[in-house]
Amino acid sequence: MTPVAAATPYPVPNALMATLQVTLLVLVAAGAFVVVRTRDRVRLVMTLSAYGVLLAVLFFAFQAPDVTLSELTVGAVALPIAALLAIAKVRKREE
Amino acid sequence: MTPRQRIAAFGVAIAGLVTCYLWAFAGLPGFGRYPGPYGPVILRNAVAQTNATGVVSAINFDYRGFDTVGEEFILFTAAAGMAVVLRLLRGEGERSPVDEAAGRRVPPTSGAVRMPALLLIGPTILIGWWLSSHAQTDPSGGFQGGVVLATAFILVYLSGEFIAFRRISPVDLLDAVEAIGAGGFAAIGVTAVALGFPYLYNFLPLGHTPGAVSSSGTIALISFFVGLEVGAAFILIVGELLEQTLIVRSR
Repeated sequence: MTPVAAATPYPVPNALMATLQVTLLVLVAAGAFVVVRTRDRVRLVMTLSAYGVLLAVLFFAFQAPDVTLSELTVGAVALPIAALLAIAKVRKREE
Repeated sequence: MTPRQRIAAFGVAIAGLVTCYLWAFAGLPGFGRYPGPYGPVILRNAVAQTNATGVVSAINFDYRGFDTVGEEFILFTAAAGMAVVLRLLRGEGERSPVDEAAGRRVPPTSGAVRMPALLLIGPTILIGWWLSSHAQTDPSGGFQGGVVLATAFILVYLSGEFIAFRRISPVDLLDAVEAIGAGGFAAIGVTAVALGFPYLYNFLPLGHTPGAVSSSGTIALISFFVGLEVGAAFILIVGELLEQTLIVRSR
């Protein structure tokens, strides 16, 4: 079997794209820090949802639109809804 | 163990972790340099082999369709587990979703929530349907589409009442839809076997135009079934959680 052509390198992005990608990586790291530092449960869900959107934008900037859609639907919508409902339930019991 | 000994043990462990971690990092291929043969082979052949321009879907629903069946059944099991764990327990009664405190008035849903939710229901269903039915041509697929479709039902709850949500999402129907979705995916695979092909072989005609909605054989069909399964599973899960929050209360 003939060897497969050398691995396709990631197309080197232009300076603008590289700046965008690095900025998003930094933002995602900062966002994760904010999520971890949030103590209030409802606020935590909100920051988590915003963090999901941020991650989705990151995936998009790295040319993965499929993953962007999954992250948007699950990370930014479905997970926060489930978490909010669970918080509401727990709160009701605490009252 | 004294605190000092504990910190010393932790120090040894963390030093080992950091060393191994950095060592592993040093051996990684450069950013974006994918060393395996699989990616380039798929990129070169996927469109010609499947007539699907959504190559990610071609991988998910065809080349590694067997993995995706497993993933789909993870969600199926999650929804089933949820229904079992959150069932009515002995000593729990169902009550209507009205506030029971006599002196407290439940504030009505604000117009700022109700209006956008109502306006978004239609477009959300359209987007979800489009995503589920265009896996073969665009970066989309049944999974994303299903979740978006389920979101439309959550918008119904947000814009109105829990009763309205329940009325448009009867559990029996959702159970059936979820089963058809999950079973349909598996059945496509078994049909291939019955025709003498490997499990989940793309046995349907691929169409003539790559990128046409009707192209790609079983890929489009599987995506559709996944959309049904995922949509129904998410509505069931959210409905179950809403019910727990709003109705089921211990006696």
